[in-house]
Amino acid sequence: MMSAQGFGDLTLLLAIPVIGAALLLFLPRRQSCALFTVALLASAAAFLWSLKIFNRFDGGSGAMQLVERVAWMPAVGIQYLLGIDGISIFLVLLTTFLMPLALLASWSVRDKVKEYLIFMLLLETGMLGAFLALDLVLFYVFWEVMLVPMYFLIGVWGGTRRIYAALKFVLFTMAGSLLMLVAIIYLATRHAQMTQALTFDVMQLYELHLPVEQQFWLFLAFALSFAIKVPLFPFHTWLPDAHVEAPTAGSVILAGVLLKLGTYGFLRFALPLFPDAAIALMPYLIALSVIGIVYGALVAMMQTDIKKLVAYSSVSHLGFVMLGLCALNMQGVQGSLYQMLNHGLSTGALFLLVGMIYDRRHTRLISEFGGLWKQMPLFSALLLVVTFSSIGLPGLNGFVGEFLILLGAFRVTPAWTAVAASGVILGAVYMLWMFRRVIFGPLNNPENQKLQDLNSRELIILTPIIFLIVLMGVYPQPFLSRMQPAVEANLKRILAMPAAPAAVQIEVSGEPKNDGR
Amino acid sequence: MMSSDLLRWIPLIPLLASAINLFFGRAIGKRPAGALASAAVGASFALAFYVFWQLPASGVMRDLVYTWIQSGSFQINLSFQVDALTAVMLLIVTGIGLLIHIYSLGYMAHDADMVRFFVYLNLFIFFMLVLVMGDNLLLLFVGWEGVGLCSYLLIGFWYHDPNNAIAGNKAFIVNRIGDLGFILGIFILVAELARQGVWTLDFAELAKQVKLLSPATITLVTFLLFIGATGKSAQLPLFVWLPDAMAGPTPVSALIHAATMVTAGVYMTARLHFLFALAPATLALIAVVGAATAFFAATIALTQNDIKKVLAYSTVSQLGYMFLAVGMGAFGAAIFHVFTHAFFKACLFLGSGSVIHALGGEQDMRKMGGLKSHMPRTYWTYVVATLAIAGAPFTAGFFSKDLILWQTFSHGAIALWGVGLVTAGMTAFYMFRQLFMVFHGECRADEHAKAHLHESPAVMTWPLMILAAGSIFTGWLGAPEYLWGSRWDHWLEPIFGKVAHHGAVSTELLVTGLTLAVVAAGIYLAYLMYGKPGAQPASVPSGLLHKISLNKYYVDEIYDFALVRPFTLVAKFFASIVDPWVIDGAVNGVAATTRGLSTIWRGLQSGNVQHYAAMFVTGALALLAYYLGQLS
Amino acid sequence: MIALHNYLILSAVIFSIGVIGVLIRRNLIVVLMSIELMLNAVNLTFIAFSRYLGSTDGQVIVFFVMAVAAAEAVIGLAIIISVYRHRQSLDPQEMQLLKW
Repeated sequence: MMSAQGFGDLTLLLAIPVIGAALLLFLPRRQSCALFTVALLASAAAFLWSLKIFNRFDGGSGAMQLVERVAWMPAVGIQYLLGIDGISIFLVLLTTFLMPLALLASWSVRDKVKEYLIFMLLLETGMLGAFLALDLVLFYVFWEVMLVPMYFLIGVWGGTRRIYAALKFVLFTMAGSLLMLVAIIYLATRHAQMTQALTFDVMQLYELHLPVEQQFWLFLAFALSFAIKVPLFPFHTWLPDAHVEAPTAGSVILAGVLLKLGTYGFLRFALPLFPDAAIALMPYLIALSVIGIVYGALVAMMQTDIKKLVAYSSVSHLGFVMLGLCALNMQGVQGSLYQMLNHGLSTGALFLLVGMIYDRRHTRLISEFGGLWKQMPLFSALLLVVTFSSIGLPGLNGFVGEFLILLGAFRVTPAWTAVAASGVILGAVYMLWMFRRVIFGPLNNPENQKLQDLNSRELIILTPIIFLIVLMGVYPQPFLSRMQPAVEANLKRILAMPAAPAAVQIEVSGEPKNDGR
Repeated sequence: MMSSDLLRWIPLIPLLASAINLFFGRAIGKRPAGALASAAVGASFALAFYVFWQLPASGVMRDLVYTWIQSGSFQINLSFQVDALTAVMLLIVTGIGLLIHIYSLGYMAHDADMVRFFVYLNLFIFFMLVLVMGDNLLLLFVGWEGVGLCSYLLIGFWYHDPNNAIAGNKAFIVNRIGDLGFILGIFILVAELARQGVWTLDFAELAKQVKLLSPATITLVTFLLFIGATGKSAQLPLFVWLPDAMAGPTPVSALIHAATMVTAGVYMTARLHFLFALAPATLALIAVVGAATAFFAATIALTQNDIKKVLAYSTVSQLGYMFLAVGMGAFGAAIFHVFTHAFFKACLFLGSGSVIHALGGEQDMRKMGGLKSHMPRTYWTYVVATLAIAGAPFTAGFFSKDLILWQTFSHGAIALWGVGLVTAGMTAFYMFRQLFMVFHGECRADEHAKAHLHESPAVMTWPLMILAAGSIFTGWLGAPEYLWGSRWDHWLEPIFGKVAHHGAVSTELLVTGLTLAVVAAGIYLAYLMYGKPGAQPASVPSGLLHKISLNKYYVDEIYDFALVRPFTLVAKFFASIVDPWVIDGAVNGVAATTRGLSTIWRGLQSGNVQHYAAMFVTGALALLAYYLGQLS
Repeated sequence: MIALHNYLILSAVIFSIGVIGVLIRRNLIVVLMSIELMLNAVNLTFIAFSRYLGSTDGQVIVFFVMAVAAAEAVIGLAIIISVYRHRQSLDPQEMQLLKW
């Protein structure tokens, strides 16, 4: 499975956006249309290429596939190591799927188009690299590389408080990831001491069994970094600022993909690398997730800005994802993996829709709208679908994820799950309040009476997302079945570790969890 | 057990019609779209009838479409089943649904958004069919939530009026509160069974494995599921959404908020009767809640002036009866009342719709009266349905309500029976009050409305007449033993088992006689107050009780004050204090502290050579002093 | 014969005057003169010790210091003239661009 191999398909996937960005460098900055076309083509090519990788991918196996291993800094054991499994494949697809749509949605960008597109494409490579990297240093490099384009996207093309938001975003993330870097180095040196092999290969590091006290600190360092990215309560305050100030496409990518890197990090690195500490600390993570669910929903309820409302709803939804991960059983983890995709689609679509209306009215205040159904029936209908997807209506994608998460969590911690499930009510409350105030009611505001319904470009952006929202709700099996083996392998890694000493192990569940089912 | 690919088409046809109308409705025009929608429900009805006909005695038909969700050992199929219980519900949903679709062709003819209306209506039929046909609890939940969505959309159908949209929101959110209980019930069920190595939510499988569960678990599960039912079926304390839901077009009130969706709670308990039967504590609670709801809603209905609000509270009250029956363990009787109630309540709602249509949207009964001569067909069907709901002898309501009261009495729940009896009297009173206020006496409508008074078109009156006929004859299926016996119990025997008969026939006759006497008293009182020539139907009686009833016991106000406001305050506190000041304050505080410290520190770096020199000297002196100190 | 400690006290006093002059005077020329004062105070110490210990080493160093001081005065005055041409001022407190 982990046979050494040179550069291959995955590298090409990483390279395509970079090549596109390089091509953009040679185009004159005046021809924004040509610039857009090239960027779109590059991202579309990346999407098609990821589909081909998906085609080659064996969904029945839980092992790493298409592994590419090249020595990068042999002296310190750092490798260029990529691979894909059932956990990352869908996140990769989500990234490449959302990127062309985000670029299409950026049509209204008029200022410094060339730089904008280059940053978007570099961002794509950064995100894909983070999902694909299996070497901790390589992962860290991509993890940090992502920050740079995002910093500029928010800071240059953002709203009025963009500098504050961009700085907050970067400093927040950096604060966490520096600790992670220290932990990575410590982990590798410990591994070298014990096995005489200096490596950052995560698959080998999985095998290392550190004493629980050391795991504890390392886990905290990793967890802090990922928790900020997720964002887990109470590390979430960068998110509303970043979302509100970011341009539409930035918000879409931020919510759709970037946040998932946090939860992906937990699933891929923090939990299986330090299982004993993870299990010992699980009650606290569960508590934070559930608090985040309820808290995010409550705060979302009171927002006057649609974008901010959606941002806080992300806090709530990502709380669900974390709760599922914390369950450490098949339903919970699979559900949260599914919910990552759902959230990427539905929140991405919400940001797109908000962006479309912002382009028309240059405001996002809920109170400015009302009665839009009359003027924009298409927009309203699509917003309706996305709203109910976000609420978790059965038949749409959100339900499958939420249900599995709650089911998985309920088997482990019924009381917290009951509280978390109340987030389902709160979700309906804030989304429907928003929907009612924006879409229903009389069309009083004269500004709104001139609004145009969605044009064909906007329809092209939204249709694939809506299609997937319905498909993933009605027929989730093709997705779930491909995730299952990888999730199972991962769970085995986490749960098959020798149990922590009794003094440290905190009661997580009253039942055997080693079957992972 | 039979397998049949046919079953899936029963829900799928309305779904397809809904999709076609959604995408091409505008192109094919209003009337054809409506006709297509009606035809789709008609096709479903025909199929349902065929299945009903083919259904083997004590048999089940299954149709596995595909595996919907599989995660580890947990597996849920998209799979439909029809047994005797489902068949009955199928016929109610598609049959009444068909009539209401046809009626809507007339009722909605002048509405610009007629296509959208039929899209929603067909979608509703689809979800309702999924609800009754799903062969596992999760699929039932899918339908359960789906009908909630359609209810939300249809209540807010006329979205221009913010009140309608608010009512739709209220309906969905209150239902979600109930659904929380429902889904927690499902989780406990799955988790407890999984603990013992069984992973299933299939009804058939659950019925087999129910012995694995401890009584405490079953009580908890059924209690939580019942919370879900109180939401969907508008029982205390979650009934508040249903009266507001009357904001939707009247056919919607008839279909969703009277005949089908609101009975989903009763269907769910009947479907899971093997669980509920093992939880006497829950059953007792259900009986008390049912009786209390019946009584409570009836007292409110006594004084309402909005023609649809009366019917809404009457629906809540009748649903209370159904749950009373469930609480007695008489699931067959509950479903029987679902069945008869669907006919007469749909008839009443559609009749009221016909009146509202004729009066150009007027719903206040104080501005009606004397419509008997203007709309004879509506009037006579209304009379029949009113008699049926009041429980006049040999109408459908007579048989089903009597059955429930008799079951309550014969189970020895005398107090609950008394409540039911009084409620029956009140039902007769408020329904005849309505009949007299709307159709008898002087016409109190304004001149403009009077000029437009007309009988509704045939497309609306025919469904009324069919439903009126059903309001009488459906009851005959479930006649008591002292008449010609119940085919109904026989039909449902494979599901609920043989109905035990206890109590002497003479006692039963006595109880029935008592009920009839109370009903007659109610009707007579209504006649005295509202029907007698010279009565003043529009005058407002004063008095504290009347005021409380008219204002619905201020339940909405109490909920608003006790729940909504504190809740909003908490949210506001989090959103405007905790998040920006405490949490973000901590974040910004870290930044500000760093910046503050560096401000102090960088003050040393003044750029002034003499300062540097002074520091240099100070340092040198300090070192000197230190070493001198060391020497001595 | 004047005792050694008298020379040392005088030298320390002159050195301190030089230090304070460097620290507080607002004219670069005076600052430069104060520096010269400090150097010469050190010279005095060297001479005193040289005489006291009967060694010529101290005197050698004094010559050395005088040479350096002369060079320093030359360069220092040149810089001061140059600064004055640019800024029309010799107040060291106004020259604080090199900060942060």
